[in-house]
Amino acid sequence: MAGSRNISVSEASRPVLPRHARLKFDETRQVWVILAPERVLAPDEIAVEVLQLCDGVRSVAGIIDQLAEKYAADRGAIATDVIAMLQDLADKGFLTEAREKTS
Amino acid sequence: MSPTLTDAGVAARDPKDGLAALEKRGSTAETFGIPLAVLAELTHRCPLQCPYCSNPVELDRGGSELTTEEWKKVLSELAEIGVLQIHFSGGEPTARKDLVELVQHASDVGLYSNLITSAVLLTREKLSALADAGLCHVQISFQGNEPVVADRVAGLKHAHQKKLEVAKWTRELDMPLTVNAVMHRQNLFQLTDIIQMAVDLDADRLEVANVQYYGWALKNRAALMPTLAQIEETSRIVEEAEVRLKGILAIDYVVPDYYALRPKKCMGGWGRQFFNISPAGKVLPCHAAESITGLEFESVRSNHSIAWIWQNSEAFNRYRGTGWMPEPCQSCEFKEIDFGGCRCQAFALTGDAGNTDPACTLSPLHEKIFKLAESEAAGDNNRFIYRNFAGGTPETGGDHGA
Repeated sequence: MAGSRNISVSEASRPVLPRHARLKFDETRQVWVILAPERVLAPDEIAVEVLQLCDGVRSVAGIIDQLAEKYAADRGAIATDVIAMLQDLADKGFLTEAREKTS
Repeated sequence: MSPTLTDAGVAARDPKDGLAALEKRGSTAETFGIPLAVLAELTHRCPLQCPYCSNPVELDRGGSELTTEEWKKVLSELAEIGVLQIHFSGGEPTARKDLVELVQHASDVGLYSNLITSAVLLTREKLSALADAGLCHVQISFQGNEPVVADRVAGLKHAHQKKLEVAKWTRELDMPLTVNAVMHRQNLFQLTDIIQMAVDLDADRLEVANVQYYGWALKNRAALMPTLAQIEETSRIVEEAEVRLKGILAIDYVVPDYYALRPKKCMGGWGRQFFNISPAGKVLPCHAAESITGLEFESVRSNHSIAWIWQNSEAFNRYRGTGWMPEPCQSCEFKEIDFGGCRCQAFALTGDAGNTDPACTLSPLHEKIFKLAESEAAGDNNRFIYRNFAGGTPETGGDHGA
């Protein structure tokens, strides 16, 4: 079974989009979208940037480091924002924890 | 704080409509960019005989169905013009032998695919092949929470048991699952148990969809119409479950519009954000649109592109926006909220698809319709007319589970 769908995001998490949520650039409308069952969502620019880093390999700590360096921003502030955003996405069912493939 | 996500509310039944997030031009009424999602009714063949089937009473025969190559061409064209999601439906879409090939093609051209199925024809191998082909989501219909009611409504023995099995495989294969429960007078008493069944099946979503009365369901209205007391109880149960199951099971609730004060925003407005393609290739504003006589629907087999049909064909433009509306709709402050309700229902109940949907209290016919619903609901006609290619077969005493 898929196990718990509601994850608690911490710096150690390695989040990834679940199978049913696809991040895609919509060429026709020139916007990023998340495709989900019965829904099409339009993530904002920051969400897109963070979601692109959620590959199931990088940890949240790694994502925060990368963003803090890129924007030369205070790591603590970035961490707070990123974890809050990821938790929000996870609560809505658009993020899951990377795990071993079950057969 | 600005929202991280804007709901672009794509689904035909989705009450939220944030489409403006992706379609920023003109007023609400003038917005009809290419839909984000399209319903592909691959076939009208189906092993089930549900008396409320949403297919038209005049079903497309197997011989008239689009070929594999024709469907592939349609899928490619849809992706090219900007459609993002494809719902494979029917009839029973798994009755098509080429379904895996079509799902694979949808994946190849970048479409997000959803399977809307009765599940009874699926094997674990077939479902696994569909997952491998890139299927993103599975929606299984249930007729009750146990076989006695469920198999009788479906008109097929052992259907319920098979559905439970396929739902389990769906989750084992790590695909998200929606349980679709169509509700009416003869199964509403099971709603609490159906909600629990969805939780036990580890479903992500549950659609509690009250029957909408056109086509087959209109034929069966006397046997299906719930009482007002049932509807009030239903709303209470759904509201309670939504709170209790937050984060566990998302519930979409469709109320029966006979008992509503305002009509439903059918299809998000005629020709505004949705179309479906019938088994024979007709491009339709909704799956019941062919019930409206006097409208000519273009086919993907014509010389026109799908985009041209959507934008320019007479059938789509007839009831698009608000310009076509008679009174009391024309001067109504809600005209861009509900777009006058449902054209198919207006046609079925008034004989003119251009009339105000009688579900609206402002319709001169509303009172009469409501009274009729009440008296049918209080009646004891529980016999179904089963859906089939012969125009329907009345249930007999020995039919239980057909």
